[in-house]
Amino acid sequence: MSQSAQRIVNNPKFQELVAKRSAFAWTLSIAMLVIYFGFILLVAFGKGFLGTPIGSGVTTWGIPIGVFTIVSAFILTGIYVNRANGEFDELNRQILEESK
Amino acid sequence: MRAVTTRIAAATAAAGALVPVTAFADALSGNVQKQATNWEAIIMFLAFVLLTLGITFWAARRTKSAKDFYAAGGGITGFQNGLAIAGDYMSAASFLGIAGLVYTSGFDGLIYSVGWLVGWPIVLFLIAERLRNLGKYTFADVASYRFQQTPIRSLSACGSLATVTFYLIAQMVGAGKLIQLLFGLDYLVAVILVGVLMIGYVTFGGMLATTWVQIIKAVMLLSGASFMAFMILAKFGFSPEAMFKAAVELHPKGLAIMSPGALVSDPVSAISLGMALMFGTAGLPHILMRFFTVSDAKEARKSVFYATGFIGYFYILTFIIGFGAILMILAPDATGAYPFLTAAPAAGAKAAVTAIIGGTNMAAIHTANAVGGSLFYGFISAVAFATILAVVAGLTLAGASAVSHDLYASVFAKGRATERDEIRVSKITTVVIGIVSIILGVAFENQNVAFMVGLAFVIAASANFPILLMSMFWGKMTTRGAVLGGALGLISAIVLLILGPTVWKAVLGHPEAIFPYDNPGVFTIPLSFLAIWFFSITDNSETAKNERRAFEAQYIRSQTGLGAEGASAH
Repeated sequence: MSQSAQRIVNNPKFQELVAKRSAFAWTLSIAMLVIYFGFILLVAFGKGFLGTPIGSGVTTWGIPIGVFTIVSAFILTGIYVNRANGEFDELNRQILEESK
Repeated sequence: MRAVTTRIAAATAAAGALVPVTAFADALSGNVQKQATNWEAIIMFLAFVLLTLGITFWAARRTKSAKDFYAAGGGITGFQNGLAIAGDYMSAASFLGIAGLVYTSGFDGLIYSVGWLVGWPIVLFLIAERLRNLGKYTFADVASYRFQQTPIRSLSACGSLATVTFYLIAQMVGAGKLIQLLFGLDYLVAVILVGVLMIGYVTFGGMLATTWVQIIKAVMLLSGASFMAFMILAKFGFSPEAMFKAAVELHPKGLAIMSPGALVSDPVSAISLGMALMFGTAGLPHILMRFFTVSDAKEARKSVFYATGFIGYFYILTFIIGFGAILMILAPDATGAYPFLTAAPAAGAKAAVTAIIGGTNMAAIHTANAVGGSLFYGFISAVAFATILAVVAGLTLAGASAVSHDLYASVFAKGRATERDEIRVSKITTVVIGIVSIILGVAFENQNVAFMVGLAFVIAASANFPILLMSMFWGKMTTRGAVLGGALGLISAIVLLILGPTVWKAVLGHPEAIFPYDNPGVFTIPLSFLAIWFFSITDNSETAKNERRAFEAQYIRSQTGLGAEGASAH
């Protein structure tokens, strides 16, 4: 392993970065999996619910739930990119700086 | 001549639980009627071709090194790459297919759209930045990072080529049929045209030209679809409820179009499909390759954010367009005629969905005509063609780099090939892939190629994705584990798909399928992970120990970008 790499491993900030970023990435991944497979399971088992009209109209609960699943994918990526490109990248920059 | 709709309906009934991927590709693979020559569309398409050829000429002068050819010099911005990814991913099948499905079944179209989108956040959270930090041109760079090059690269190249080939066949056959439908050109002419243009873009302009073709196509498709959705909603005072209400009154299925139908009835199929779509997206070589075109991990993340936004927005638009199709096609126009149906309904009866001229794939196209007149109709037809070109160009480039960068430069020349040689091999491969796909396009003209996109996704999810993910996250993986696990995933996916209802029953004509599910993902993806784990932990060879020791350095680079490929100077 190169000297820089050795310094990075020994830098507590690196451990902090990796721990925080991984936990964040896995949490969001699980959130996406839960939302999506929740939707799919509703499609498979909860057809009646998804087909129930909201109020007195023809629009069913399935429509906002489906659209929510799509929008949630976008929002989750936004949340991740916002933190990763800000807080985490700043930490990463410091780690690389200190490894020189 | 069997209509596309009856094919879908028959498949649905036969399979019990239809796998959306299958139906999807089927949307463009049924028999179609050739339409009258559509001059507006041809002129607009020619304008698109001229523009993209101009860009190819410009790109060719900037494409000198291997990095330029494979990765556009690494100088694409996150926003541009996000658009290009969207252009690479939104195929004509998803535009015309989803709109057509919403037109026939309503809500079910939304189930498809959701499945095709949710892989993207996973790509972002687990793959994108690590891929960018570790790799150079292909995902095999990452998968083979600390392992023996020959076995892993060979396997990854097989996985890539299998994915690309099946995807490409579906696209070529779809292109031929679609162009017949939209432009009134001959199937053969259409397939050759697509093949020649994609060879041109890729051999001369490399990744730079491919990227811009994809960006332009994405902008055209998104603006065309936005305009349509706007015009449709405007008719109902921007009230979705009013639009749904009108659609329910017109549609023969009535209120049933507002709830899930027969498409996903069996939970095993539903989950299996979900897994294949979600993890397949993260294993598609032409998509993964796009992350090497940006300068660093930061831009790679932004790419996915923008791509997810554009793709999600597009799927919501297609849902509205599908409902618009119900409203425009099944209702009489101002003169009381039904211009988009082969036969007007009997007095007092609802119009039949399947009476649509040209089959249900034409739903979006007819709607374009209804909301924007013949000029806009021509525009949307041209967009559909441009869409296919952008997708096949990306696929071809991914296939060519698997051959030149992984097989030729690493396996055959053991890293001793010069950059010039590598690019030369890449260009030759591009021409070969182009010619082969023309031949396959012709050979499969009258075949049901529906299962091929599904196959591409299952292979990507069962072979490419597990190796890639485990190589980045699991320090104890060894070459043996990766090769055996990946190979098992690849083979089991192909075998189970062939033994399943889509191929064994529908294509080969056997009365009963040997394997009951259309989509084997729920079995093959865990199998591949399990095999990687098992054959790695039982591997106590000397090389295995070295590979485990090398993980830490790889891990540091993947996390921090230390020593990662930068953008080229120009």
